[in-house]
Amino acid sequence: MQAAFPLVFAALLFCVGVFGVLSRRNAVLVLMSVELMLAAVTINLVTFGLLAADRGDVVLTGQIFALFVLAIGAAEVGVGLAIILLLYRNRATVNIDDADLMKY
Amino acid sequence: MTLLAQIPPLQIPDIAWSAISPELVLFGVGILALLLDTAGPQRLQASFLVFGFAAAGAGYIALSTEQSVLPGLVGLAALGQFALTAIWRDRPRLLSALLAALGFAGAIGVTTWQWGAYSGRLVGADAATFVGTDSLLGGMVAVDGVALFTRVTVCLAGLVTVPLSFAYAEERRIHRGEYYPLLLFAATGMTLLASSADFIMVFIAIEVLSLSLYILAGFAKRDLNSQEAALKYFLLGAFSSALLLYGIALVYGVTGSTNIAEAGRAFSSLDAPQGMAVAAMALLIVGFGFKTAIVPFHMWTPDVYQGAPTPITGFMAAATKAAAFAAFLRVFVGAFAPLQWSWTPVLWVLAALTMLAGAILAVVQNDVKRMLGYSAVAHAGYVLIGFVAVNRAGVSGVLVYLLIYTFMSLGSFGVLALLERRNHKAMAIDDLRGLGRRDPVPAGMLALFLLSLAGIPGTAGFVAKFAVFRAGIEAGHAALVVIAVVSSVIAAFFYIRVIVAMFMEDVPEGVAAEAPLAPSTGMSAGIAFSAAVMVAFGTVLPFLLVDLADQAATFVS
Repeated sequence: MQAAFPLVFAALLFCVGVFGVLSRRNAVLVLMSVELMLAAVTINLVTFGLLAADRGDVVLTGQIFALFVLAIGAAEVGVGLAIILLLYRNRATVNIDDADLMKY
Repeated sequence: MTLLAQIPPLQIPDIAWSAISPELVLFGVGILALLLDTAGPQRLQASFLVFGFAAAGAGYIALSTEQSVLPGLVGLAALGQFALTAIWRDRPRLLSALLAALGFAGAIGVTTWQWGAYSGRLVGADAATFVGTDSLLGGMVAVDGVALFTRVTVCLAGLVTVPLSFAYAEERRIHRGEYYPLLLFAATGMTLLASSADFIMVFIAIEVLSLSLYILAGFAKRDLNSQEAALKYFLLGAFSSALLLYGIALVYGVTGSTNIAEAGRAFSSLDAPQGMAVAAMALLIVGFGFKTAIVPFHMWTPDVYQGAPTPITGFMAAATKAAAFAAFLRVFVGAFAPLQWSWTPVLWVLAALTMLAGAILAVVQNDVKRMLGYSAVAHAGYVLIGFVAVNRAGVSGVLVYLLIYTFMSLGSFGVLALLERRNHKAMAIDDLRGLGRRDPVPAGMLALFLLSLAGIPGTAGFVAKFAVFRAGIEAGHAALVVIAVVSSVIAAFFYIRVIVAMFMEDVPEGVAAEAPLAPSTGMSAGIAFSAAVMVAFGTVLPFLLVDLADQAATFVS
């Protein structure tokens, strides 16, 4: 397979994620969009890892990095959902436009 | 038996633990404080268990390697934590705070030892194994001047934050057991970020510090502002981490390596500017820009600084900035220096925008914490001047600036925390009117920190600004320095407005007489220490600090 396929797919997925973060107002959906961005990076890393393996990289840096990204992404979701839950308990909404107490 | 004999012996990698000893100290103390808090009434038993295991481990190391210093220190630390737990077993918060302060002090001690090895004063068999080499822990960690200096900055910030937090958190009823461990974990991430020589390590360290800080920002969980700060910090922080990570992935794709120095070498040997390399650098700048609060990416800063508990705000402003700038420096000034034609113009513009926007937006603020938040943005701009200079003087200027800014920030937020304790609300500038008459000492301290933030000659802030401005002029960025001076003048306006409100205006009529300020010992100590450091660096010792930073301004490559 051409290496361009997964790379273009990852780039598209990343753009979908960025669009979601910028356009969605629901905090959970924003969090999911961030996860899409991380998934795109993971695909990228694995692809580049395979390319590097062809060039003689025996350590599989890209694949190992991808595992780190998955693990840290999971930790991030844990903290993020806790924060969103806290917000929901106090305001009964997870719309980020409603979180506007602090303005000048 | 014959089968066992056929198995080849394992090659156990030689791990230079001494290279990451400050991180180990911080992380270990964090885990210990968390354990003792979780143990509840059984904390004495838990502490004794820790003592037993640590002593046994130290004894084993002492017998098997015939070293005595390191096991001795570990044994002493284990005994010390047991003694502390025995003395303060009924006061878990105080115990936790003491352990955290000792942890930060211990990390500073270990870093001083590393600095001795770095500067060549301490000659030992061990010293050469971890200093100035880029192959530590598989090329993951670099122990160079920038890393050591930033570690000290971060640990000093933590050391001042602990006493500032104690009474404040008690009063706001947010003094829960995980407070100090989270502070220590955040500091672990920051010191690791400052010394990471590999992009994998950069990402992990950024996440370790960010996840701790997201929770700390929302620590006052009944307070709507604090929740909001945590949410905004989390969403924008996670977004920026993902952008940074995409940049890292592209760098890995272009160069085939995640090692920062190697990636830099591979980048500079590219013949033509490739689209992917440009995209990678742009994403890295955006990612680091979010973490260091540079202008188009600063939207979260004022909200988070205003909403987070005040001592945490001081810590975030000071230590996060120091750590993120250290990594930013290592990647761009250290590794991508051959490509500086491509990124210095971008950062030049960002620096100018940051300085001007930060200062102008701060003028219209009414909440003092929010105003200091925008002033933190402006200060990030001044730091960028040393950055775009791309020379040794610039790096040294950045280091000096971040150390001095640490004390200015912690001191000013510390005084605000003291005032908030009495008034039980966020401080607007109007609330400060007449403060100089009633409470001259805290008002005087705040005035000292504000004057220093403004960079009036004779204060430490002037020394810091002078260091980066000099580097900027030397590198031929005179126009940028002129913009910085204009921004400083605008900034001086709102700092001095607060001082005028405190000393020249009367208490507004109709306001009931307020209870006298009751500063706790810890808060007074933290604020007085910051003030003493400011005065010392501003008047007597600036050359000492600048010399140290000059020695420190190197990267391994």
